[in-house]
Amino acid sequence: MTVMAVVAGGAQLLTVTVGAPLLIGLMRQVRAAWEGRGGGGILQPWRDLRKQLGKQQIIPRGTTVVFTAAPLIVAATSILLAAIVPIVATGSPLDPVADLFAVVGVLFLGTVALTLAGIDTGTAFGGMGASREITIAALVEPTILLAVFALSIPTGSANLGALMATTLSDPGSVASLTGVLAFVALVLVIIAEAGRLPVDNPATHLELTMVHEAMVLEYAGPRLALMEWASAMRLTVLLALLANLFLPWGIAADAPTLLQVLTGVGAITVKVAVLATALATMEVFMAKLRLFRVPELLAGSFLLGLLAVTSANFFTR
Amino acid sequence: MRTIAVDVPTVEVKNHPGRHHVGCAAAGSATALIGAAGVWGGLVAVFGSAPQMSIGWLLPLSGVVLHLDPLGGFFSVLIGAVAVPVGVYTVGYARHERWPALSLTVLPLFVAAMLLVTAAGSIPTFLLAWELMALASVLLVITDHDRAEVRSAALFYAAMTQLGFVAILVGLMVMATSMGADRFTEMTVVPEPLRDVVFVLTVAGFGSKAGLVPLHAWLARAHPEAPSPVSALMSAAMVTLGVYGIIRIDLVLIGPGPRWWAVLLLLVGAASALYGVLQASVATDVKRLLAYSTTDNMGLITMALGASLLLSGAGAPEAAAIAAVAALLHLLAHAAFKSLGFMAAGSVLAATGLRDLDRMGGLARPMPVTTVLFGVAALGACGLPLGAGFVSEWLLVQALVHASTSGDVVVALAAPLAVGAVALTTGLSVAAMVKAFGIGFLARPRSAAARQARESAASMLTAMVIVAVGCVVLALAPVAAAAVVARAVNVMPTARSAAPAVDFAAVIRLPGLGGSIAPGLLATAFVAALLAAVVAMRWRARRRPPTVQLPLWACGADDLTPRMQYTATSFAEPLQRVFNDVLRPASDIDVTHHSESRYMVSAITYRNRIADALEIRLYQPVVTGVKRAAEVVRRAHNGSVHLYLAYGALGVLVVLVIAR
Amino acid sequence: MIGWLRKALRVGRIVEPAPPAPFAAPAAIDALRGSMQIRHVDAGSCNGCEIEISGAFGPVYDAERFGARLVASPRHADALLVTGVVTRNMEEPLRNTAAATPAPRVVIACGDCALNRGVFADAYGVVGSVGEVLDSVDVEIAGCPPTPEAIIAALRSVTRR
Repeated sequence: MTVMAVVAGGAQLLTVTVGAPLLIGLMRQVRAAWEGRGGGGILQPWRDLRKQLGKQQIIPRGTTVVFTAAPLIVAATSILLAAIVPIVATGSPLDPVADLFAVVGVLFLGTVALTLAGIDTGTAFGGMGASREITIAALVEPTILLAVFALSIPTGSANLGALMATTLSDPGSVASLTGVLAFVALVLVIIAEAGRLPVDNPATHLELTMVHEAMVLEYAGPRLALMEWASAMRLTVLLALLANLFLPWGIAADAPTLLQVLTGVGAITVKVAVLATALATMEVFMAKLRLFRVPELLAGSFLLGLLAVTSANFFTR
Repeated sequence: MRTIAVDVPTVEVKNHPGRHHVGCAAAGSATALIGAAGVWGGLVAVFGSAPQMSIGWLLPLSGVVLHLDPLGGFFSVLIGAVAVPVGVYTVGYARHERWPALSLTVLPLFVAAMLLVTAAGSIPTFLLAWELMALASVLLVITDHDRAEVRSAALFYAAMTQLGFVAILVGLMVMATSMGADRFTEMTVVPEPLRDVVFVLTVAGFGSKAGLVPLHAWLARAHPEAPSPVSALMSAAMVTLGVYGIIRIDLVLIGPGPRWWAVLLLLVGAASALYGVLQASVATDVKRLLAYSTTDNMGLITMALGASLLLSGAGAPEAAAIAAVAALLHLLAHAAFKSLGFMAAGSVLAATGLRDLDRMGGLARPMPVTTVLFGVAALGACGLPLGAGFVSEWLLVQALVHASTSGDVVVALAAPLAVGAVALTTGLSVAAMVKAFGIGFLARPRSAAARQARESAASMLTAMVIVAVGCVVLALAPVAAAAVVARAVNVMPTARSAAPAVDFAAVIRLPGLGGSIAPGLLATAFVAALLAAVVAMRWRARRRPPTVQLPLWACGADDLTPRMQYTATSFAEPLQRVFNDVLRPASDIDVTHHSESRYMVSAITYRNRIADALEIRLYQPVVTGVKRAAEVVRRAHNGSVHLYLAYGALGVLVVLVIAR
Repeated sequence: MIGWLRKALRVGRIVEPAPPAPFAAPAAIDALRGSMQIRHVDAGSCNGCEIEISGAFGPVYDAERFGARLVASPRHADALLVTGVVTRNMEEPLRNTAAATPAPRVVIACGDCALNRGVFADAYGVVGSVGEVLDSVDVEIAGCPPTPEAIIAALRSVTRR
């Protein structure tokens, strides 16, 4: 574990923590541009976060320590993901600690903390958001694991560094049928996990249509800021993971130089920005699905994942 | 609250509370001591070699043969490790719930019978110990026998356990007669068609004890009605012996079988896992939820055993060994988090009299220790990182994913479906456990009984803390159990290998396949990230106006009552709707109109029941069929002595003819 | 969908150029500079002000340019945008909403009804103007209904963008 590897890890963390609100700002700007508006600017989410951190803390009566600790836990899982997933360099110091299955588990851990916070508020909307969120998360889980399975078959390992190294040396493995199917399945998974249209509308005001927002209705000030920032980081890490699994070029190698680290930062910024623009554009032209149509969408993505694994088994061995 | 049945022994005990306390303490200590002896004996068997003991006079014709090999020692350690804290827990629980003397006496005997099963070295010994265990468990289930549901549940359980015993009996008898030997160490090969018969019968019998679908219905009925320490022992230790039976008989003694055995185990395991977790996610009784979760976990373990068998037959020995390690490790983890879950549920039951999640809630403030401990158990049952069940599920998924078999179609199809089943199980079990923990313990109390909760007695809390420490150790440092698991796995022919399949250390590595994970380091990194989040929240802290406590935002209304919170039923409703066809809920709506006009409603009653659909569809026809057959046979009992004498003569004639 | 794409590309950016920034309101707080989340409360309005507000947040006037955003919960909000005269049924909910908003917060009364009861001064279901029900009104927007430009000017006086 060289000094440069640690520097790369630090650069990775910094990029994600600073860049996550900028990503949300970019997505809002893209939406504004499609709607013909001006929008608040890419820096607006950072202004919002800074203001929220300076606001009063409110402790609602009847809640327990779970409510007060949940934003910290969700933020911690997001930071942990940003540290584990190879975003800037493949030789992350935490690479042997967790493979793709563990990453999925840590993601789910954050969802669980958020859900428990929603239940702990003791309001009807909090419980409603929690119940919907856990249904979607439970149904998304098989698809993620199957997509991960499909991607790890050519490599023979589910460790993320190994996966990206294989794709770098053999680009054909992601241009295959397996790669395409796994890509589509993962896109649907990311939309469901991060709570974007058509599964959930992050900007809705109608409580009965909320999934993620309903759980955070009771949060104010600094805790709200932490929750929003953690959600933005989750989306950023998921998009970065998608980008690096399928297009890892630009990522620094195991023992990087400073130039390679900077290239890695630049590459991931470009890739995630492109993905986010595409996602935001897709959202402009799509309406939210009825809640009970979402399991059908998730079943479709499960089928794609299953086909991806089957094709990997039969066409690469 | 329960009342004690008024019969002679308990009346004496009731009038002498001091004596009852001594009785509870004695029973609890005896259970704990027997458990400790089991742990010690098991460790000796695993690391050393325990001699074979034969007591010729105890059973007619064959005698009792005791032999503890590493596999039996592993299970002995497991059962003992569950019995010790349950014994300590019983000291406080039995005193609070005023257990009768019969239950207090039978509890240590139940643990002794279970340890005897693991130590059995011959088929008659095994069967004797099995029946003792079943009898003891029925006596314990019926502790609260003045309640009708308890009696009916105990009857159902007794019937199913005896039917399972018949299947095991016939299977083992066929095995013994075909081999001509009944000691486990003297067994040879069973000829082909009989081997499959033995396999099917023993899987049915042991699978029923393990709670595998479709013979699982007794679990969901008996566990909620049994007292909590008994539920803990039954779920964590007794069902484990069902799996022990499958491993001992089907994988070790009659050897690695043909491929369809593995596929059958995978199918039964997957069906149990999915059905169990689905029923758990819609259950509103916390003990019923935990019971179905047992079916789910036993299904996962059976899938691991089936995977091990399939992969070893398909030429992937490292993956097969990893799957076997996953099975045994998950048995340990399940014993830990399930016993903790039942003990915590018992703690709540003792404090509030509630099992119904729809009426619980708000227990975090009056019962903080129980809440935290149930949280540890729930995290373990979820299979998420930092929980006790994570490493074993990770091992199972790795074995299935990386089995590199050259073009074997069955494996190539079975592995992804199995991974999908495991993943769906994980997702739904998270939903079930979040529901149990969140609705049961957080927010505000939904009923008067929940409002009157008080923390449990010290003995109960101590016992739960001991198990929680075990859960945490298994979650963060499974290397503690590595040596025991490795030696036990070596007994199984599908998993025997020179080098250890899994390198347990701070970083768990899989040498044969490329995979690694480090739960302890992950936990450390998580804590570091948590601290970073805390620091991040301090930014601009000085500018904040003082913190204030306010009522909940009720959308402008004055306040929200606790009854407006989501209940367990409403929490699980979206999931239930998605799986409507499997669960088949039955709902009734009764509308009572005003006497003056049918257009005005005075009351509406809504009832929604989710019964076990498999039980209704599979068991009811069988019971009806048996009843009809019995009606037919009844005609032969018409009361005439002449007819009965004729039957007797006919029977003697038949025996004479056959015996020639 | 191709039709929408063509329309979006053809229409392009339709937002009007921003007028010069207004003077900061006396109630402007440093904490809300550049970013203000608004919770709209309809205390009993005829919805004329609501139409103008939705116009102010629409593509032509685009209040989001100046840091203002509508949110669903008062816990997330810094400002309460109250429209309409306060009716009897909305008096308690309005007070509860104001109490649920974390400090520092701003109350913006929009429209003549909110300022001084407007045309509903003698109606039977009316309790009073917003200033008579809540402790203080920090920003006032006059008009029946106020134009979107007036609404935007009032919001910008708080965000100072």
